[in-house]
Order: sequence, then C-alpha cells, then structure tokens
Amino acid sequence: MDNEMKLEIKSKSSNEAFARVTVAAFASQLDPTFEELADIKTAVSEAVTNCIIHGYENKDGIIHINCKLFDKTIEIEIIDFGKGIENVEMARQALYTSKPELDRSGMGFTIMESFMDEIKVESIVGMGTKIVMKKNIGEVK
Amino acid sequence: MFVNYEIKSKELEIVFEEEIDHHTCSKLAIMSDDNIKKYMPQTVLFNFEKVSFMDSSGIGMLLRQI
Ligand SMILES: Nc1ncnc2c1ncn2[C@@H]1O[C@H](COP(=O)(O)OP(=O)(O)OP(=O)(O)O)[C@@H](O)[C@H]1O
Ligand SMILES: [Mg+2]
Repeated sequence: MDNEMKLEIKSKSSNEAFARVTVAAFASQLDPTFEELADIKTAVSEAVTNCIIHGYENKDGIIHINCKLFDKTIEIEIIDFGKGIENVEMARQALYTSKPELDRSGMGFTIMESFMDEIKVESIVGMGTKIVMKKNIGEVK
Repeated sequence: MFVNYEIKSKELEIVFEEEIDHHTCSKLAIMSDDNIKKYMPQTVLFNFEKVSFMDSSGIGMLLRQI
C-alpha cells in the first residue's frame, strides 16, 4: 500500500480529539489492532497538544498533520510554526516540563517514544517544531 | 464525570467517563476539586473504568489531585 493524507487545523484544544480520530481512521487502512490504534491516537494527541500548549502557547496558529501509509508502516508528521524548542535533548527527557504550573507532567515525549517505533524531533527556536513518528503495523512481537 | 459518596466510610468515589485530554481535563479537574471540597472525604477513589481515552493531560490532572 502507498497512500497519503494532509490535514491543517487551527491550534484549538477542541481539535485534539478530531486530529487523533482522523489519523486513526486513516491508519485503519493498514488493518491495525485495537491496541495499535490506541497507541497512534495517544501519540498524536501528545504531539498536537504540545503544538497548542508549547508551540503556540494557546494563541492562534496552524498545525499541519501529514500521514503516509507504506506497506506495514504509518508515518505521521506533526508540525507547528511556533516557539520552537531550545534544547531538544532535555525536552525529550521523562518528567521534564517547562510548564509545571499548568499541571503538565512532562510525559508527552516519553509516551510518544514508547507507543511508536521511531520518533524524530526537529526544531528551530522562533520557527517551529516538526515531529516525525513511525509505527509498524501488524508486526509479530 | 459523577461522584458517589459513602457517608459511613467517608469515601468519595470520582468516576471519570469518556475521553480525558488537554481539552476536557481542566473542567474535570475543577469538578473533582469542587467535590473534594464539598464532601471533605477521608479517602478518594479515582475510577477510570469508563474512560475510553487518556493521555498525559490526565496524568497531570491526577498528579495535581494527590
Ligand atoms: N511543539 C513544541 N513547541 C515548543 N516546545 C515544545 C513542543 N513540544 C514540546 N516542547 C517542550 O518540550 C517539553 C517536554 O514536552 P512533553 O510533551 O514531554 O511534556 P509536557 O508537554 O511539558 O507535559 P505533558 O506532555 O506530560 O503534559 C515541554 O515542556 C516544552 O518545553
Ligand atoms: Mg506534552
């Protein structure tokens, strides 16, 4: 299989559920298990929430979500054009959060890493952040 | 979200439903805070059996309550 879809949404928290359900619906073409779908939904929710809270700091912005399906893999790109991350290595550490006052737990990146097979973070301060995640579907574990 | 309060044991059960994410959790946090203030329970039981989706926003909400 070889398929692609692109989605552009406003950085509103009410779009979080829309984004994860839409990506999951697209991913279902690969015939994933219920658990694989739940993993994808959670990872997308983490990345989109980060764009809204950290990238745009709850201000207006646009989030791009690009999905590609390969034979047995889904690739998901989630992009914002917001604040950017100064130190990606530190940001990816478990329990690190720059916004503890907002009841964030610093678990977002850890969840994306454990629920997906691969994650890449590209970020430029003042330009934005791009997360690329891959998950293999139907792998024998 | 709804609550069950057991007078005898002073136990408050907070039952969460549906989806817990960044969008829904602020309202849920306020509602559970209000109920804890109202009942002043000795123990609080958070029940997530009816929750169909939860991400790190739910973890943050829970950490704040304890
Ligand atoms: N899109 C983004 N733009 C700017 N900064 C980001 C972005 N995504 C993550 N970060 C930075 O990386 C940190 C860690 O992100 P992570 O998702 O792991 O934790 P969190 O969002 O702070 O808490 P949680 O996800 O548990 O609610 C954030 O606190 C923030 O500083
Ligand atoms: Mg996060």
